[in-house]
Amino acid sequence: MSQDLHAQTLTQLAVGLERGDFSSVELTEALLDRVAAHDQSLNAFVTVTADAARAAAKRADAARAAGDIGVLNGLPLVHKDIFCTKSVLTTCGSRMLENFVSPYDATVVERLANAGAVVLGKTNMDEFAMGSSNETSYFGPVRNPWNPDCSPGGSSGGSAAAVAARLAPAATGTDTGGSIRQPAALTGTVGLKPTYGRVSRYGMIAFASSLDQAGVITRSSEDAALLLGVMAGFDERDSTSIDHPVPDYTAALSGSLKGLRVGVVRQHFDEGLDEQCAAAVRESLAVLESQGAILTDVDLPNLDLSVPTYYVVAPAECSSNLSRFDGVRYGHRAKDPDDLFDLYCRSRGEGFGAEVKRRIMTGTYVLSAGYYDAYYLKAQQVRQLIAEDFRTAFADVDVIAGPTSPTPAFKLGDKIDDPITMYLNDIYTIGANLAGLPGMSTPCGFVDGLPVGLHLVGPHWGEETILRCAHHYEQLSNWHQACPEDYE
Amino acid sequence: MSLDKDQVQRIAVLARLRLADDEFGETVDKLSRIVDFVDQLGQAATDNVVPMAHPLDEAQRLRVDEVTESDSRDAIQENAPLVENGLYLVPKVIE
Repeated sequence: MSQDLHAQTLTQLAVGLERGDFSSVELTEALLDRVAAHDQSLNAFVTVTADAARAAAKRADAARAAGDIGVLNGLPLVHKDIFCTKSVLTTCGSRMLENFVSPYDATVVERLANAGAVVLGKTNMDEFAMGSSNETSYFGPVRNPWNPDCSPGGSSGGSAAAVAARLAPAATGTDTGGSIRQPAALTGTVGLKPTYGRVSRYGMIAFASSLDQAGVITRSSEDAALLLGVMAGFDERDSTSIDHPVPDYTAALSGSLKGLRVGVVRQHFDEGLDEQCAAAVRESLAVLESQGAILTDVDLPNLDLSVPTYYVVAPAECSSNLSRFDGVRYGHRAKDPDDLFDLYCRSRGEGFGAEVKRRIMTGTYVLSAGYYDAYYLKAQQVRQLIAEDFRTAFADVDVIAGPTSPTPAFKLGDKIDDPITMYLNDIYTIGANLAGLPGMSTPCGFVDGLPVGLHLVGPHWGEETILRCAHHYEQLSNWHQACPEDYE
Repeated sequence: MSLDKDQVQRIAVLARLRLADDEFGETVDKLSRIVDFVDQLGQAATDNVVPMAHPLDEAQRLRVDEVTESDSRDAIQENAPLVENGLYLVPKVIE
Protein backbone atom coordinates (compact mmCIF):
# COMPACT_ATOMS: atom_id res chain seq x y z
CA MET A 1 0.00 0.00 0.00
CA SER A 2 1.21 3.44 -0.86
CA GLN A 3 2.38 5.46 2.14
CA ASP A 4 1.27 8.80 0.79
CA LEU A 5 -2.49 8.37 0.76
CA HIS A 6 -2.85 11.60 2.73
CA ALA A 7 -1.22 13.52 -0.12
CA GLN A 8 -3.87 12.50 -2.66
CA THR A 9 -6.97 14.44 -3.61
CA LEU A 10 -10.47 13.00 -3.34
CA THR A 11 -10.52 12.41 -7.09
CA GLN A 12 -7.21 10.51 -6.95
CA LEU A 13 -8.33 8.51 -3.93
CA ALA A 14 -11.55 7.55 -5.70
CA VAL A 15 -9.49 6.06 -8.52
CA GLY A 16 -7.28 4.14 -6.08
CA LEU A 17 -10.30 2.74 -4.23
CA GLU A 18 -11.94 1.73 -7.48
CA ARG A 19 -8.77 -0.02 -8.69
CA GLY A 20 -8.44 -1.80 -5.35
CA ASP A 21 -5.00 -0.27 -4.63
CA PHE A 22 -6.16 0.20 -1.03
CA SER A 23 -9.36 -0.14 0.94
CA SER A 24 -11.38 2.55 2.64
CA VAL A 25 -10.45 0.97 5.97
CA GLU A 26 -6.73 1.34 5.16
CA LEU A 27 -7.23 4.90 3.96
CA THR A 28 -9.27 5.82 7.03
CA GLU A 29 -6.69 4.33 9.41
CA ALA A 30 -3.90 6.20 7.65
CA LEU A 31 -5.70 9.52 8.08
CA LEU A 32 -6.78 8.83 11.67
CA ASP A 33 -3.08 8.19 12.43
CA ARG A 34 -2.21 11.55 10.96
CA VAL A 35 -4.93 13.28 12.95
CA ALA A 36 -3.60 11.65 16.13
CA ALA A 37 -0.04 12.69 15.27
CA HIS A 38 -0.71 16.30 14.27
CA ASP A 39 -3.88 17.64 15.79
CA GLN A 40 -2.38 18.24 19.21
CA SER A 41 -0.48 21.14 17.68
CA LEU A 42 -3.04 22.30 15.08
CA ASN A 43 -6.25 22.08 17.16
CA ALA A 44 -8.26 21.70 13.95
CA PHE A 45 -10.69 19.16 15.43
CA VAL A 46 -13.26 19.54 18.18
CA THR A 47 -14.26 15.88 17.95
CA VAL A 48 -12.54 12.97 16.23
CA THR A 49 -15.03 10.25 15.34
CA ALA A 50 -12.54 7.41 14.97
CA ASP A 51 -14.86 4.50 15.77
CA ALA A 52 -17.72 5.74 13.61
CA ALA A 53 -15.22 6.40 10.79
CA ARG A 54 -13.86 2.85 11.00
CA ALA A 55 -17.38 1.43 10.92
CA ALA A 56 -18.36 3.61 7.95
CA ALA A 57 -15.18 2.61 6.10
CA LYS A 58 -15.95 -1.05 6.68
CA ARG A 59 -19.48 -0.56 5.33
CA ALA A 60 -18.05 1.27 2.31
CA ASP A 61 -15.65 -1.58 1.55
CA ALA A 62 -18.50 -4.09 1.87
CA ALA A 63 -20.71 -1.99 -0.41
CA ARG A 64 -17.94 -1.82 -3.00
CA ALA A 65 -17.51 -5.59 -2.86
CA ALA A 66 -21.26 -5.92 -3.41
CA GLY A 67 -21.08 -3.46 -6.32
CA ASP A 68 -23.56 -1.02 -4.80
CA ILE A 69 -21.80 2.29 -4.27
CA GLY A 70 -22.36 6.03 -4.18
CA VAL A 71 -20.02 8.52 -5.87
CA LEU A 72 -18.09 9.19 -2.64
CA ASN A 73 -17.95 5.60 -1.49
CA GLY A 74 -15.20 5.16 1.12
CA LEU A 75 -13.83 8.70 0.73
CA PRO A 76 -12.95 10.46 3.99
CA LEU A 77 -13.90 14.00 4.89
CA VAL A 78 -14.55 16.19 7.91
CA HIS A 79 -17.48 18.40 8.86
CA LYS A 80 -17.33 21.88 10.28
CA ASP A 81 -18.82 21.63 13.77
CA ILE A 82 -21.74 23.83 12.72
CA PHE A 83 -23.46 20.94 10.92
CA CYS A 84 -25.75 18.89 13.13
CA THR A 85 -24.75 15.26 13.42
CA LYS A 86 -26.90 12.65 15.08
CA SER A 87 -25.11 10.89 17.96
CA VAL A 88 -21.99 13.08 17.69
CA LEU A 89 -21.42 16.40 19.51
CA THR A 90 -22.24 19.58 17.57
CA THR A 91 -20.69 22.48 19.50
CA CYS A 92 -20.58 25.33 16.97
CA GLY A 93 -17.36 26.31 18.73
CA SER A 94 -19.33 27.49 21.76
CA ARG A 95 -19.57 26.77 25.46
CA MET A 96 -23.33 27.17 24.92
CA LEU A 97 -23.42 23.89 22.96
CA GLU A 98 -20.49 22.17 24.68
CA ASN A 99 -22.64 19.09 25.37
CA PHE A 100 -25.17 19.31 22.55
CA VAL A 101 -25.98 16.15 20.57
CA SER A 102 -28.38 16.82 17.73
CA PRO A 103 -31.40 14.53 17.37
CA TYR A 104 -30.99 14.64 13.56
CA ASP A 105 -28.42 14.98 10.78
CA ALA A 106 -28.09 18.13 8.67
CA THR A 107 -29.11 17.61 5.04
CA VAL A 108 -25.48 18.18 3.97
CA VAL A 109 -24.32 15.48 6.40
CA GLU A 110 -27.06 13.12 5.25
CA ARG A 111 -26.39 13.58 1.53
CA LEU A 112 -22.63 13.08 1.86
CA ALA A 113 -23.19 9.99 4.04
CA ASN A 114 -25.68 8.56 1.54
CA ALA A 115 -23.03 8.99 -1.18
CA GLY A 116 -20.69 6.81 0.91
CA ALA A 117 -18.42 9.42 2.56
CA VAL A 118 -16.55 8.49 5.74
CA VAL A 119 -16.55 11.24 8.38
CA LEU A 120 -13.31 11.52 10.38
CA GLY A 121 -14.54 14.20 12.76
CA LYS A 122 -15.90 17.67 13.40
CA THR A 123 -13.70 20.71 12.93
CA ASN A 124 -12.98 23.72 15.07
CA MET A 125 -14.43 27.10 14.11
CA ASP A 126 -15.03 30.61 15.35
CA GLU A 127 -17.87 30.55 17.86
CA PHE A 128 -21.18 30.40 15.95
CA ALA A 129 -19.10 31.19 12.82
CA MET A 130 -18.54 34.75 14.08
CA GLY A 131 -14.93 35.58 13.41
CA SER A 132 -12.25 35.65 10.73
CA SER A 133 -9.35 34.08 12.63
CA ASN A 134 -10.70 31.08 14.56
CA GLU A 135 -9.70 32.85 17.75
CA THR A 136 -13.26 33.23 19.04
CA SER A 137 -13.69 29.44 19.42
CA TYR A 138 -14.42 28.24 22.96
CA PHE A 139 -12.06 25.37 22.14
CA GLY A 140 -9.09 27.60 21.42
CA PRO A 141 -7.57 28.91 18.20
CA VAL A 142 -6.53 26.71 15.28
CA ARG A 143 -2.96 27.05 14.03
CA ASN A 144 -2.05 27.61 10.40
CA PRO A 145 -0.13 24.61 8.99
CA TRP A 146 2.09 27.04 7.03
CA ASN A 147 3.18 28.83 10.19
CA PRO A 148 2.02 27.83 13.67
CA ASP A 149 2.19 31.43 14.90
CA CYS A 150 -0.39 32.44 12.30
CA SER A 151 -4.17 32.15 12.13
CA PRO A 152 -5.66 29.86 9.47
CA GLY A 153 -8.44 32.43 9.02
CA GLY A 154 -12.04 31.82 9.91
CA SER A 155 -14.64 30.97 10.62
CA SER A 156 -14.06 27.58 8.90
CA GLY A 157 -10.44 27.61 10.14
CA GLY A 158 -10.41 24.03 11.45
CA SER A 159 -11.71 22.71 8.13
CA ALA A 160 -9.12 24.70 6.19
CA ALA A 161 -6.22 23.70 8.47
CA ALA A 162 -7.22 20.01 8.37
CA VAL A 163 -7.28 20.01 4.57
CA ALA A 164 -4.06 22.07 4.24
CA ALA A 165 -2.20 19.77 6.66
CA ARG A 166 -3.40 16.67 4.77
CA LEU A 167 -5.33 15.35 7.76
CA ALA A 168 -8.36 15.05 5.48
CA PRO A 169 -8.72 15.46 1.71
CA ALA A 170 -11.86 17.57 2.03
CA ALA A 171 -14.05 19.42 4.51
CA THR A 172 -17.42 21.07 4.65
CA GLY A 173 -17.60 24.71 5.65
CA THR A 174 -20.05 27.57 5.83
CA ASP A 175 -19.66 31.08 4.50
CA THR A 176 -21.65 34.07 5.77
CA GLY A 177 -19.16 36.81 4.86
CA GLY A 178 -16.12 34.89 3.63
CA SER A 179 -15.82 32.07 6.17
CA ILE A 180 -14.95 29.43 3.54
CA ARG A 181 -13.00 31.55 1.06
CA GLN A 182 -10.79 33.56 3.45
CA PRO A 183 -9.49 30.52 5.40
CA ALA A 184 -8.99 28.70 2.08
CA ALA A 185 -6.87 31.62 0.86
CA LEU A 186 -4.88 31.78 4.09
CA THR A 187 -4.11 28.04 4.09
CA GLY A 188 -3.47 27.46 0.37
CA THR A 189 -6.61 25.40 -0.17
CA VAL A 190 -9.59 25.66 -2.52
CA GLY A 191 -12.79 27.04 -0.99
CA LEU A 192 -16.19 27.22 -2.68
CA LYS A 193 -19.26 29.12 -1.49
CA PRO A 194 -22.21 28.35 -3.77
CA THR A 195 -25.13 30.59 -4.74
CA TYR A 196 -27.49 31.41 -1.85
CA GLY A 197 -30.10 28.63 -1.75
CA ARG A 198 -27.96 26.14 -3.72
CA VAL A 199 -27.15 23.91 -0.73
CA SER A 200 -29.62 23.19 2.05
CA ARG A 201 -29.19 25.02 5.36
CA TYR A 202 -31.28 22.42 7.22
CA GLY A 203 -29.35 21.33 10.29
CA MET A 204 -26.69 23.99 9.76
CA ILE A 205 -26.76 26.13 12.89
CA ALA A 206 -27.99 29.55 11.80
CA PHE A 207 -25.93 32.73 12.13
CA ALA A 208 -27.37 35.15 9.54
CA SER A 209 -29.99 33.32 7.53
CA SER A 210 -30.08 35.62 4.51
CA LEU A 211 -26.31 35.25 4.03
CA ASP A 212 -25.37 31.75 5.31
CA GLN A 213 -24.46 29.16 2.71
CA ALA A 214 -22.76 25.76 2.99
CA GLY A 215 -19.81 24.84 0.82
CA VAL A 216 -16.52 22.97 0.76
CA ILE A 217 -12.80 23.28 1.32
CA THR A 218 -10.68 20.93 -0.82
CA ARG A 219 -7.27 20.71 -2.46
CA SER A 220 -8.55 21.08 -6.03
CA SER A 221 -11.50 22.54 -7.91
CA GLU A 222 -12.11 19.09 -9.31
CA ASP A 223 -12.79 17.86 -5.76
CA ALA A 224 -14.97 20.87 -5.01
CA ALA A 225 -17.05 20.08 -8.11
CA LEU A 226 -17.39 16.45 -7.04
CA LEU A 227 -18.67 17.35 -3.57
CA LEU A 228 -20.94 20.17 -4.72
CA GLY A 229 -22.69 17.75 -7.07
CA VAL A 230 -23.63 15.64 -4.04
CA MET A 231 -24.51 18.50 -1.68
CA ALA A 232 -26.47 20.76 -4.02
CA GLY A 233 -30.17 20.53 -4.72
CA PHE A 234 -33.58 21.38 -3.42
CA ASP A 235 -34.53 20.46 0.14
CA GLU A 236 -38.06 21.07 1.31
CA ARG A 237 -36.83 21.16 4.92
CA ASP A 238 -35.01 24.45 4.24
CA SER A 239 -37.52 27.20 3.45
CA THR A 240 -34.83 29.17 1.59
CA SER A 241 -33.65 26.24 -0.52
CA ILE A 242 -34.21 27.05 -4.19
CA ASP A 243 -35.48 24.46 -6.66
CA HIS A 244 -32.94 24.88 -9.44
CA PRO A 245 -31.53 22.04 -11.57
CA VAL A 246 -28.16 20.64 -10.44
CA PRO A 247 -25.76 20.46 -13.40
CA ASP A 248 -22.86 18.04 -13.77
CA TYR A 249 -20.19 20.21 -12.14
CA THR A 250 -17.39 17.77 -13.00
CA ALA A 251 -18.29 17.85 -16.69
CA ALA A 252 -18.30 21.66 -16.51
CA LEU A 253 -14.57 21.71 -15.63
CA SER A 254 -13.44 20.96 -19.17
CA GLY A 255 -13.83 23.43 -21.99
CA SER A 256 -11.47 26.29 -22.66
CA LEU A 257 -11.22 29.79 -21.23
CA LYS A 258 -11.13 31.27 -24.70
CA GLY A 259 -13.35 34.32 -24.80
CA LEU A 260 -14.23 34.12 -21.10
CA ARG A 261 -14.84 37.68 -19.96
CA VAL A 262 -13.05 38.24 -16.65
CA GLY A 263 -13.88 41.41 -14.76
CA VAL A 264 -11.14 43.03 -12.71
CA VAL A 265 -12.42 45.40 -10.05
CA ARG A 266 -10.44 48.65 -9.92
CA GLN A 267 -11.26 49.22 -6.24
CA HIS A 268 -9.78 45.84 -5.28
CA PHE A 269 -6.29 47.09 -6.01
CA ASP A 270 -6.56 50.30 -4.00
CA GLU A 271 -4.58 50.86 -0.83
CA GLY A 272 -5.51 48.21 1.74
CA LEU A 273 -4.31 45.35 -0.44
CA ASP A 274 -0.83 44.07 0.41
CA GLU A 275 1.48 44.88 -2.53
CA GLN A 276 2.94 41.41 -2.81
CA CYS A 277 -0.55 39.86 -2.71
CA ALA A 278 -1.56 42.27 -5.45
CA ALA A 279 1.41 41.14 -7.55
CA ALA A 280 0.49 37.45 -7.10
CA VAL A 281 -3.12 38.12 -8.08
CA ARG A 282 -2.08 40.18 -11.13
CA GLU A 283 0.17 37.33 -12.24
CA SER A 284 -2.70 34.88 -11.98
CA LEU A 285 -4.88 37.20 -14.06
CA ALA A 286 -2.16 37.22 -16.71
CA VAL A 287 -2.27 33.41 -16.73
CA LEU A 288 -6.02 33.50 -17.38
CA GLU A 289 -5.41 36.03 -20.15
CA SER A 290 -2.77 33.77 -21.72
CA GLN A 291 -5.48 31.11 -22.01
CA GLY A 292 -7.71 33.35 -24.04
CA ALA A 293 -9.69 35.02 -21.26
CA ILE A 294 -10.49 38.67 -21.88
CA LEU A 295 -9.68 40.93 -18.93
CA THR A 296 -12.05 43.86 -18.54
CA ASP A 297 -12.09 46.59 -15.90
CA VAL A 298 -15.29 46.71 -13.89
CA ASP A 299 -16.52 49.03 -11.18
CA LEU A 300 -18.11 48.14 -7.84
CA PRO A 301 -18.69 51.71 -6.64
CA ASN A 302 -20.26 50.70 -3.32
CA LEU A 303 -17.58 48.18 -2.34
CA ASP A 304 -16.48 50.28 0.64
CA LEU A 305 -19.98 50.12 2.07
CA SER A 306 -20.17 46.33 1.95
CA VAL A 307 -18.47 45.73 5.31
CA PRO A 308 -20.57 48.26 7.25
CA THR A 309 -23.72 46.95 5.53
CA TYR A 310 -22.80 43.44 6.56
CA TYR A 311 -22.16 44.50 10.15
CA VAL A 312 -25.74 45.74 10.41
CA VAL A 313 -27.51 42.92 8.55
CA ALA A 314 -25.54 39.97 9.96
CA PRO A 315 -25.71 41.03 13.64
CA ALA A 316 -29.43 41.85 13.25
CA GLU A 317 -30.13 38.34 11.98
CA CYS A 318 -27.78 36.82 14.54
CA SER A 319 -29.51 38.56 17.45
CA SER A 320 -32.77 37.04 16.27
CA ASN A 321 -31.39 33.56 15.48
CA LEU A 322 -29.46 33.26 18.73
CA SER A 323 -32.49 34.19 20.83
CA ARG A 324 -33.31 30.46 20.74
CA PHE A 325 -30.55 29.80 23.27
CA ASP A 326 -32.52 30.32 26.45
CA GLY A 327 -31.02 27.87 28.93
CA VAL A 328 -34.31 25.96 28.96
CA ARG A 329 -34.63 23.65 25.97
CA TYR A 330 -30.98 22.88 25.20
CA GLY A 331 -27.57 24.41 25.68
CA HIS A 332 -25.86 25.88 28.71
CA ARG A 333 -27.99 26.65 31.77
CA ALA A 334 -26.78 28.84 34.63
CA LYS A 335 -26.83 27.38 38.12
CA ASP A 336 -29.34 28.49 40.80
CA PRO A 337 -31.20 31.23 38.89
CA ASP A 338 -33.14 33.79 40.97
CA ASP A 339 -35.95 33.89 38.44
CA LEU A 340 -36.64 33.27 34.74
CA PHE A 341 -35.06 36.59 33.67
CA ASP A 342 -31.92 35.76 35.62
CA LEU A 343 -31.89 32.27 34.07
CA TYR A 344 -31.97 33.74 30.55
CA CYS A 345 -29.41 36.45 31.18
CA ARG A 346 -26.86 34.37 33.03
CA SER A 347 -27.21 31.26 30.81
CA ARG A 348 -26.55 33.45 27.76
CA GLY A 349 -23.94 35.62 29.48
CA GLU A 350 -21.96 32.52 30.52
CA GLY A 351 -22.64 30.41 27.42
CA PHE A 352 -21.61 32.94 24.77
CA GLY A 353 -18.11 34.35 24.26
CA ALA A 354 -17.24 38.04 23.92
CA GLU A 355 -17.50 38.34 20.11
CA VAL A 356 -20.86 36.55 19.97
CA LYS A 357 -22.20 38.82 22.70
CA ARG A 358 -20.99 41.89 20.80
CA ARG A 359 -22.72 40.73 17.63
CA ILE A 360 -25.96 39.99 19.46
CA MET A 361 -25.83 43.40 21.12
CA THR A 362 -25.00 45.19 17.86
CA GLY A 363 -27.99 43.44 16.28
CA THR A 364 -30.24 44.26 19.21
CA TYR A 365 -29.19 47.90 18.99
CA VAL A 366 -29.75 48.31 15.23
CA LEU A 367 -33.18 46.67 15.49
CA SER A 368 -34.29 48.57 18.59
CA ALA A 369 -37.09 51.12 18.55
CA GLY A 370 -35.98 54.39 16.99
CA TYR A 371 -32.91 52.95 15.27
CA TYR A 372 -34.45 50.44 12.85
CA ASP A 373 -34.81 52.86 9.91
CA ALA A 374 -31.41 54.46 10.36
CA TYR A 375 -29.56 51.15 10.49
CA TYR A 376 -31.43 48.05 9.40
CA LEU A 377 -33.62 49.54 6.69
CA LYS A 378 -30.76 51.70 5.44
CA ALA A 379 -28.44 48.67 5.32
CA GLN A 380 -30.95 46.67 3.28
CA GLN A 381 -31.16 49.60 0.85
CA VAL A 382 -27.38 49.80 0.53
CA ARG A 383 -27.36 46.03 0.13
CA GLN A 384 -29.64 46.50 -2.87
CA LEU A 385 -27.17 49.04 -4.33
CA ILE A 386 -24.31 46.58 -3.84
CA ALA A 387 -26.30 43.80 -5.55
CA GLU A 388 -27.12 46.25 -8.37
CA ASP A 389 -23.39 46.97 -8.83
CA PHE A 390 -22.84 43.24 -9.36
CA ARG A 391 -25.81 42.98 -11.75
CA THR A 392 -24.36 45.82 -13.81
CA ALA A 393 -20.89 44.26 -13.80
CA PHE A 394 -22.21 40.83 -14.84
CA ALA A 395 -23.90 42.37 -17.85
CA ASP A 396 -20.39 42.73 -19.31
CA VAL A 397 -18.38 39.90 -17.74
CA ASP A 398 -18.75 36.19 -16.90
CA VAL A 399 -16.54 36.15 -13.82
CA ILE A 400 -15.12 38.75 -11.45
CA ALA A 401 -11.57 37.97 -10.34
CA GLY A 402 -9.39 39.55 -7.67
CA PRO A 403 -7.79 38.97 -4.27
CA THR A 404 -9.61 36.86 -1.68
CA SER A 405 -8.06 38.58 1.31
CA PRO A 406 -6.13 41.84 1.74
CA THR A 407 -3.12 40.14 3.37
CA PRO A 408 -1.70 36.65 3.79
CA ALA A 409 -2.26 34.89 7.13
CA PHE A 410 -1.74 37.22 10.10
CA LYS A 411 -0.32 36.34 13.50
CA LEU A 412 -2.62 34.92 16.16
CA GLY A 413 -3.39 37.76 18.57
CA ASP A 414 -2.63 40.52 16.05
CA LYS A 415 -6.17 41.59 15.17
CA ILE A 416 -8.38 40.09 17.86
CA ASP A 417 -8.40 43.27 19.97
CA ASP A 418 -9.68 45.50 17.18
CA PRO A 419 -13.02 44.34 15.79
CA ILE A 420 -12.96 46.75 12.83
CA THR A 421 -9.51 45.63 11.61
CA MET A 422 -10.71 42.03 11.91
CA TYR A 423 -13.95 42.78 10.06
CA LEU A 424 -12.07 44.41 7.16
CA ASN A 425 -10.43 41.05 6.39
CA ASP A 426 -13.61 40.19 4.55
CA ILE A 427 -13.78 43.30 2.36
CA TYR A 428 -13.44 41.35 -0.91
CA THR A 429 -15.63 38.39 0.04
CA ILE A 430 -18.63 39.96 1.80
CA GLY A 431 -20.19 41.37 -1.38
CA ALA A 432 -20.89 37.87 -2.74
CA ASN A 433 -22.87 37.03 0.40
CA LEU A 434 -24.81 40.29 0.36
CA ALA A 435 -25.77 39.66 -3.29
CA GLY A 436 -26.20 35.86 -2.93
CA LEU A 437 -23.51 35.11 -5.53
CA PRO A 438 -21.26 32.04 -5.79
CA GLY A 439 -17.59 32.65 -5.01
CA MET A 440 -14.44 30.65 -4.61
CA SER A 441 -10.81 30.98 -3.71
CA THR A 442 -7.95 29.03 -5.26
CA PRO A 443 -4.25 29.32 -4.38
CA CYS A 444 -2.30 31.76 -6.58
CA GLY A 445 1.13 32.11 -4.99
CA PHE A 446 3.03 32.85 -1.80
CA VAL A 447 4.17 35.90 0.11
CA ASP A 448 6.94 35.25 2.65
CA GLY A 449 6.07 31.55 2.72
CA LEU A 450 2.35 32.14 3.25
CA PRO A 451 -0.32 31.31 0.63
CA VAL A 452 -2.32 33.90 -1.31
CA GLY A 453 -5.78 33.26 -2.81
CA LEU A 454 -7.33 34.22 -6.13
CA HIS A 455 -11.01 35.06 -5.65
CA LEU A 456 -13.51 34.28 -8.40
CA VAL A 457 -17.14 35.39 -8.23
CA GLY A 458 -19.83 34.39 -10.69
CA PRO A 459 -23.41 35.49 -11.35
CA HIS A 460 -26.24 33.59 -9.62
CA TRP A 461 -25.95 29.85 -10.46
CA GLY A 462 -22.55 30.51 -12.06
CA GLU A 463 -20.72 27.76 -10.12
CA GLU A 464 -19.81 25.95 -13.35
CA THR A 465 -18.02 28.98 -14.75
CA ILE A 466 -15.97 29.79 -11.66
CA LEU A 467 -15.08 26.11 -11.17
CA ARG A 468 -13.94 25.83 -14.79
CA CYS A 469 -11.89 29.00 -14.48
CA ALA A 470 -10.25 27.85 -11.22
CA HIS A 471 -9.64 24.34 -12.55
CA HIS A 472 -7.87 25.68 -15.65
CA TYR A 473 -5.78 28.00 -13.56
CA GLU A 474 -4.79 25.13 -11.24
CA GLN A 475 -3.66 22.99 -14.18
CA LEU A 476 -1.29 25.76 -15.28
CA SER A 477 -0.08 27.02 -11.93
CA ASN A 478 0.04 24.05 -9.56
CA TRP A 479 0.01 26.34 -6.50
CA HIS A 480 -2.80 24.17 -5.12
CA GLN A 481 -0.39 21.25 -4.86
CA ALA A 482 2.04 23.04 -2.54
CA CYS A 483 2.21 21.37 0.86
CA PRO A 484 3.40 22.86 4.15
CA GLU A 485 6.81 21.38 4.98
CA ASP A 486 5.82 19.83 8.30
CA TYR A 487 2.90 17.98 6.73
CA GLU A 488 4.35 16.37 3.62
CA MET B 1 -17.65 57.05 22.60
CA SER B 2 -20.92 56.83 20.74
CA LEU B 3 -22.41 54.58 23.45
CA ASP B 4 -22.19 55.00 27.21
CA LYS B 5 -22.38 52.44 29.97
CA ASP B 6 -26.11 52.98 30.58
CA GLN B 7 -26.98 52.46 26.93
CA VAL B 8 -24.93 49.27 26.80
CA GLN B 9 -26.65 48.06 29.94
CA ARG B 10 -30.06 48.69 28.33
CA ILE B 11 -29.02 46.79 25.19
CA ALA B 12 -27.77 43.91 27.33
CA VAL B 13 -31.14 43.70 29.09
CA LEU B 14 -33.00 43.72 25.76
CA ALA B 15 -30.66 40.97 24.49
CA ARG B 16 -31.02 38.98 27.74
CA LEU B 17 -27.29 38.98 28.34
CA ARG B 18 -25.66 39.35 31.74
CA LEU B 19 -22.27 40.98 31.34
CA ALA B 20 -19.73 40.41 34.09
CA ASP B 21 -18.43 43.60 35.71
CA ASP B 22 -15.02 43.18 34.12
CA GLU B 23 -16.60 42.77 30.65
CA PHE B 24 -18.30 46.17 30.68
CA GLY B 25 -15.45 48.51 29.86
CA GLU B 26 -14.33 46.51 26.85
CA THR B 27 -17.90 45.99 25.62
CA VAL B 28 -18.69 49.73 25.74
CA ASP B 29 -15.47 50.53 23.90
CA LYS B 30 -15.82 47.90 21.17
CA LEU B 31 -19.56 48.34 20.60
CA SER B 32 -18.97 52.08 20.24
CA ARG B 33 -16.34 51.44 17.59
CA ILE B 34 -18.69 49.10 15.73
CA VAL B 35 -21.54 51.63 15.85
CA ASP B 36 -19.20 54.42 14.65
CA PHE B 37 -18.09 52.14 11.83
CA VAL B 38 -21.59 51.28 10.60
CA ASP B 39 -22.65 54.93 10.95
CA GLN B 40 -20.93 55.62 7.59
CA LEU B 41 -23.99 54.02 5.95
CA GLY B 42 -25.79 57.28 6.73
CA GLN B 43 -23.76 58.92 3.92
CA ALA B 44 -25.09 56.60 1.22
CA ALA B 45 -27.68 58.03 -1.17
CA THR B 46 -30.59 55.62 -0.96
CA ASP B 47 -33.63 57.72 -1.94
CA ASN B 48 -36.18 55.51 -3.72
CA VAL B 49 -34.01 52.40 -3.31
CA VAL B 50 -36.14 49.35 -2.49
CA PRO B 51 -34.64 47.56 0.53
CA MET B 52 -33.48 44.05 -0.33
CA ALA B 53 -35.86 41.33 0.76
CA HIS B 54 -34.09 38.38 -0.88
CA PRO B 55 -30.77 38.26 -2.79
CA LEU B 56 -32.39 36.31 -5.67
CA ASP B 57 -35.79 38.02 -5.44
CA GLU B 58 -37.40 34.74 -4.46
CA ALA B 59 -40.67 34.72 -2.53
CA GLN B 60 -41.14 32.62 0.56
CA ARG B 61 -42.30 29.16 -0.45
CA LEU B 62 -45.60 27.95 0.99
CA ARG B 63 -46.48 24.40 1.87
CA VAL B 64 -49.63 22.52 2.71
CA ASP B 65 -50.43 22.79 6.41
CA GLU B 66 -50.28 19.15 7.37
CA VAL B 67 -48.43 17.08 9.94
CA THR B 68 -45.18 15.71 8.53
CA GLU B 69 -43.18 15.00 11.69
CA SER B 70 -43.68 12.14 14.08
CA ASP B 71 -43.44 12.64 17.85
CA SER B 72 -39.80 12.89 18.87
CA ARG B 73 -40.23 14.68 22.18
CA ASP B 74 -38.07 12.25 24.14
CA ALA B 75 -35.18 12.48 21.68
CA ILE B 76 -35.39 16.26 21.64
CA GLN B 77 -35.53 16.55 25.42
CA GLU B 78 -32.35 14.50 25.79
CA ASN B 79 -30.60 17.86 25.38
CA ALA B 80 -32.71 19.75 27.91
CA PRO B 81 -30.91 20.80 31.10
CA LEU B 82 -33.95 20.09 33.30
CA VAL B 83 -37.14 18.18 32.44
CA GLU B 84 -39.79 16.31 34.37
CA ASN B 85 -42.58 14.19 32.88
CA GLY B 86 -41.88 15.57 29.44
CA LEU B 87 -42.04 19.17 30.65
CA TYR B 88 -39.25 21.75 30.71
CA LEU B 89 -38.60 23.08 34.21
CA VAL B 90 -38.00 26.79 34.74
CA PRO B 91 -37.97 29.02 37.81
CA LYS B 92 -41.42 30.00 39.06
CA VAL B 93 -42.92 32.78 36.92
CA ILE B 94 -46.32 33.27 38.63
CA GLU B 95 -46.53 33.91 42.37
